[in-house]
Amino acid sequence: MSENYPSTTAHQTRLQTPLGRVRQNGSAKSGTHHWWMQRVTSIALLPLMLWFIIGIASHAGAPYEEIARWVGRPFNAVLMLLLIGIGFYHTAGGLQVVIEDYIRPERSAMVAGLLIRGACWVFGLLCALSVLRLAVAG
Amino acid sequence: MATFTLPKNSTIGTGKTYKAEAGATNVRSFKIYRWDPDTGENPRMDTYEIDLDKCGPMVLDALIKIKNEVDTTLTFRRSCREGICGSCSMNIDGLNTLACLKPIEDVHGEVRINPLPHMPVVKDLVPDLGQIYAQLTSIQPWLKADTAPPPDSERLQSKEERAKLDGLWECILCFCCTTSCPSYWWNGDRYLGPAVLLQAYRWIADSRDEYTGERLDQLQDPFRLYRCHTIMNCARTCPKGLNPAEAIGHIKTLLVERDR
Ligand code: SF4
Ligand code: SF4
Ligand code: FES
Repeated sequence: MSENYPSTTAHQTRLQTPLGRVRQNGSAKSGTHHWWMQRVTSIALLPLMLWFIIGIASHAGAPYEEIARWVGRPFNAVLMLLLIGIGFYHTAGGLQVVIEDYIRPERSAMVAGLLIRGACWVFGLLCALSVLRLAVAG
Repeated sequence: MATFTLPKNSTIGTGKTYKAEAGATNVRSFKIYRWDPDTGENPRMDTYEIDLDKCGPMVLDALIKIKNEVDTTLTFRRSCREGICGSCSMNIDGLNTLACLKPIEDVHGEVRINPLPHMPVVKDLVPDLGQIYAQLTSIQPWLKADTAPPPDSERLQSKEERAKLDGLWECILCFCCTTSCPSYWWNGDRYLGPAVLLQAYRWIADSRDEYTGERLDQLQDPFRLYRCHTIMNCARTCPKGLNPAEAIGHIKTLLVERDR
């Protein structure tokens, strides 16, 4: 490549051949599971989101106790937990892709990925615990 | 980090205007990207007014007329002038296409011509395709088989096996698709891009090739393959009407069926 196109990773030197640069460290032999899971979770989220929106809309303006009782019913609580689990899994996976697309160098992308994953775990567990409290203790 | 703004030395200025000859009635302006590495100057857009009554119908005809009659320094690639060599790919009126297949009549108003997007420029409309060629080499675009061919004939395919290559063999490697792909713009150093992935699938789909598994192994990578987000710019721009996104989809399906 010409000089006005600096290489983006530190270990690439200007004199390395283009083919050497393209082959780089070889194939990671991964990515399929991630890609497939994003498809599967997005399809699973369709009916769950529909159920959630209808459920919330039909309780618009209802008092706290009534909504808490609705969420606490076993069937609703299970669907809610599924929505939370699959939703945060899908969000973490999607943001991972955005990070890989736009963030360089590699080290920053790794840190950002871990932070996103951590945040999704914390918020996911928070939501799940809230539902469990309504379902079990409520 | 993906770069969304042009570096300082790439900001485009206004260039010269070459007026049409006196008496011309059917005049069309061609605004063409010019950059010469030897002058140290920034790129500029030169305007050429051309009398379409004295010019062939395609954009390439106008470029050749300009080079022959108006400005011999204009630099571009071309060879076959019939859409088969893939040399004259460039961005015309905002779409990557072949200058020899693009009728001037299809463009409304002035004809804006730029080199293929997001590639280093060698000069004017000539992009540096070194990285893409290396990527093409890396997928080994040739038949690989351990079984010796029959001594008295070529390697045979059934009609159905041969039909699997339709929509793939027609690719002329013009790289209109790859240079239209946002994923390739941001991650071209690691993402193989639509043209090369279509070629990879062309050999995966070939019943005579015995290295399908190894080929899939080499592609199975978050960057080499999975940067494709099915944005479909590639299919929209391909001047041969091919659909690289569909070929990429087939590769992903094969990998899911194999590994999940
Ligand atoms: S479909 Fe894939 S290869 Fe085609 S333009 Fe979109 S991201 Fe690029
Ligand atoms: S798929 Fe189409 S646009 Fe891409 S290189 Fe081949 S012919 Fe050109
Ligand atoms: S000159 Fe060969 S494809 Fe246009």
